[in-house]
Amino acid sequence: MNPVAWFKDVGIHDRPTVGGKGGSLGELTQAGIAVPPGFVVTTSAFEEFLKALEDREPVRARVSALDPDDHGAATKLSEELRRRVIEEPMPAEVERAILAAHAELTDGVTPVAVRSSATTEDAEDASFAGLQDTFLWVLTGEDMVARVRECWGSLYSVESMCYRRKQGLPEEGVAMAVVVQAMVDARCAGVMFTRSPLTGDKSVITIEGAWGLGSAVVSGEVTPDKWVVGKITGEISSREISDKHAKQVPAEGGGIREVLLEGTERTAPCLTDDELMALREVGRKVERHYGKPQDIEWAFDKQGNLLLLQSRPETVWAMKDAAAPIKKPEDNPLKHVMSIFGGRK
Amino acid sequence: MPEQKSFPLPSSLEVVPGTEAAQAAHPYYIQFTPEDDERFWFYNSMHFPEPMHHFDMVTAEAAYCALGSFNTRVHVLPTTKGIDHRVINGRVYIGGVPVTDPAEIEARMGEFQQRAFYYYENWERLYDEWKVKMKALIADAQALPKPSLPDLEPIETTHTGKGVAANHALLDIYQKQLEGYFRMWHHHFEFLLLGYGAYMTFFDFCKKAFPEISDQAISRMVAGMEAEIFRPDEEVKRLARRAVELGIEDKFYDDMVIEDVLGALDQLGEKGKAWLDELEASRNPWFNINVGDGFYHYHRSWNDDLSMPFAALPGYIDKVKKGVNIERPTEQLIEEREQLVSDYRELLDTEEDKATYDQLIELAHRVFPYVEGHKFYCEHWYTNLFFNKIREFGALLAEHGFFEKEEDVFHLTHYELESAIIDLMLSWSSGTPPRGPQHWPAVVKQRAAAIEAWAEHTVPPALGAVPDVIDDPAIVMLWGITRENLDTWLSEGDEGNENELKGFAACSGVVEGTARVVKSVKEIGRLQQGDILVCQVTNPTWSPIFQKISAAVSDIGGSMSHMAIVAREYGLPAVVGTGSATQKIKDGQRIRVDGGRGTVTILHDEPVLEEV
Repeated sequence: MNPVAWFKDVGIHDRPTVGGKGGSLGELTQAGIAVPPGFVVTTSAFEEFLKALEDREPVRARVSALDPDDHGAATKLSEELRRRVIEEPMPAEVERAILAAHAELTDGVTPVAVRSSATTEDAEDASFAGLQDTFLWVLTGEDMVARVRECWGSLYSVESMCYRRKQGLPEEGVAMAVVVQAMVDARCAGVMFTRSPLTGDKSVITIEGAWGLGSAVVSGEVTPDKWVVGKITGEISSREISDKHAKQVPAEGGGIREVLLEGTERTAPCLTDDELMALREVGRKVERHYGKPQDIEWAFDKQGNLLLLQSRPETVWAMKDAAAPIKKPEDNPLKHVMSIFGGRK
Repeated sequence: MPEQKSFPLPSSLEVVPGTEAAQAAHPYYIQFTPEDDERFWFYNSMHFPEPMHHFDMVTAEAAYCALGSFNTRVHVLPTTKGIDHRVINGRVYIGGVPVTDPAEIEARMGEFQQRAFYYYENWERLYDEWKVKMKALIADAQALPKPSLPDLEPIETTHTGKGVAANHALLDIYQKQLEGYFRMWHHHFEFLLLGYGAYMTFFDFCKKAFPEISDQAISRMVAGMEAEIFRPDEEVKRLARRAVELGIEDKFYDDMVIEDVLGALDQLGEKGKAWLDELEASRNPWFNINVGDGFYHYHRSWNDDLSMPFAALPGYIDKVKKGVNIERPTEQLIEEREQLVSDYRELLDTEEDKATYDQLIELAHRVFPYVEGHKFYCEHWYTNLFFNKIREFGALLAEHGFFEKEEDVFHLTHYELESAIIDLMLSWSSGTPPRGPQHWPAVVKQRAAAIEAWAEHTVPPALGAVPDVIDDPAIVMLWGITRENLDTWLSEGDEGNENELKGFAACSGVVEGTARVVKSVKEIGRLQQGDILVCQVTNPTWSPIFQKISAAVSDIGGSMSHMAIVAREYGLPAVVGTGSATQKIKDGQRIRVDGGRGTVTILHDEPVLEEV
């Protein structure tokens, strides 16, 4: 199988080979939603790499044998396996393929983001595949390859391995895809929930955003501005403009850095009403596409284009969605008015 | 345990010194008594925000006679009876009469379902009949002659053997007019609670299904399209179009003197006449609409005072000339409403909820034409006829020296007015001077002073111990009184930003601008393009000037008020029911209106944000 798959060629059903994040970005791309272009380093690339590792010394057997309650052993094993992942040369045909894809994507100039894209549902839990697996503003092909390797290595973090053991997940099925995506130098960015995180209300969209790259919002380092927008009506029912003390911007040598903000920029809203409406529109489109509420990462580039960086199903309220109806229909619809006129039950 | 808070007891309220006689002039049955301390009362500032003239109190009396009858004995609401009212210092306090005995509720439940369900099932037919009934009542009032007394009976009285002299007509006209007013209020409440109840059922369902849905989104889903309340504004637009079509648009300008313009049009020949004919057609009946909510005699109609429609004409004419479409896009509005209804439906999780939603929206759509439409006939058209008829009696009595001017008649209670009329009838019959001129001027003077004193005096928003629950659908629906907002009233003054006023979020949008505090319709000429209107009662009849302003703030009104409904249609950010905007905001101050959150902020000592 191909070690590289372009976004435009994959969808959510390709999760086993491109992971959740890769599948979702492919799905969005296919649905005609503006997503920065990119490709996925598929699980078959990982499998190739792992085979080379296993040929040298067992990996999966070691993890399978791990006692998740023995923290010392887990730490030791993690250090060892991650070192091996860093040191193992990348299989030649894999490296060739992803460097070629990178060159095609970037023309040698566009910085990329490298993010792990896990294949299991549970992996969407941030505690498992969290921020440490996202590398921003990666400048060269060489760096990109190193970051891909680090993403693979994150499968062998203490938390990740112990989680799999505790859940009894067979190590055989464990694989990691990696997303490589052209990066947006965002004017402002943030997240959007297509239902209320407070009440679960599906008729509102909550938008949070701050200046610069979205990583500042996702990591919680900046208190974002927050809006509540009627999904259907477009009413802006709540505006909380915060004091945004800093923003994250690309660093010259790659990666990101924090810039402290001063003056009016701190307290000025980072989105206009028109931009909020653009977000609402794309949020509704994505939700309709998937048929369920979404948790979306977005960015506006410096030219004012809105791009989505990720979309995944909202999970917290989805689990609480009651099977029981709010109010059953009545044989005589007029009986409903008794809830007003019949007094407190 | 928090301390049990209570509002002052009725017995602790003092009549404002110097107004004792004016207070005592009200009938005994609306005076507070010591037993009233046992009950909970709240000040009906929504309908009666200003101290009331003695005559205007007839509105409270007639309305509660009718409201209570339908709740208690016609529809037989299971958990509540009528509304009691008391008056002190010119203010109307009201108290609900909940039914608490489970056996009684059960018995009333059966009656209610039999009676109310009949209304719901036959709503369209009954409402059609209602309009016929209401128009007949209006025609009756219009047919009542102007009260007058000839020096001698005309000879026809003799030739026809009429057998009744002219003074009898005074009593006849007065009693018929008073009877008509009480009857009108019965018609008013025939459907009202049932209509609101059906709407509230849908409203509650939406709030459960979509906890963060705005009141305005719900009311947009049920808004009617043909409601009479939009028509007066449509007529002003029509007159603007006609002026352009006739090529006489240059006769209308900002701050015009209306009499001069009408005179000029009259002199203009055919085209001017043609437009004046159009004006007449609009005036009857569509300008029978008040600039207030119709509960006070001084809420005059457009017909009484053309300031409002004429203030709007130049703006509309300007738009017509620029080719801007000013038509109310009814079809588009219907489409939007249908879209809204189906979009919210799609968000429901279960098929059962969708089925319930369909049942509830169907019922809400059935009742809403009445909820929106009745006010034009009742609070506007009929109320105008009524107060103007009383004014005619005022003019007649003033002519006979009872008072200085016709408006003074409103300082008498309706019983006192009848006695003054009988005094005049007696004097006409006996040929001696009436006693009124010796009696009423002093009374009028004393009452006028009392109204002034009462206006200066603030009253508590409620009286007595707070009930544990407010479970009275009438009070919740009509006044929006809930346990929660009583607690807010009790804690008022404990905290809070004195530069911020809270009200009902009527229509979302954030606007900063110059506040124009408009105390009466006479002042609307002061409004500049982009001003924020701050007034006591905003009313749909103010809608023609919505084109000119950037936001609206009012002292009175709920999110279900007609003002709120119309503001939403115009997309005009609005906060209603702030309680005290016209007192706290100074004319010309910069303020920020957040119609989504229902807040108004006075910005005078804050730097103004450059970009919003």
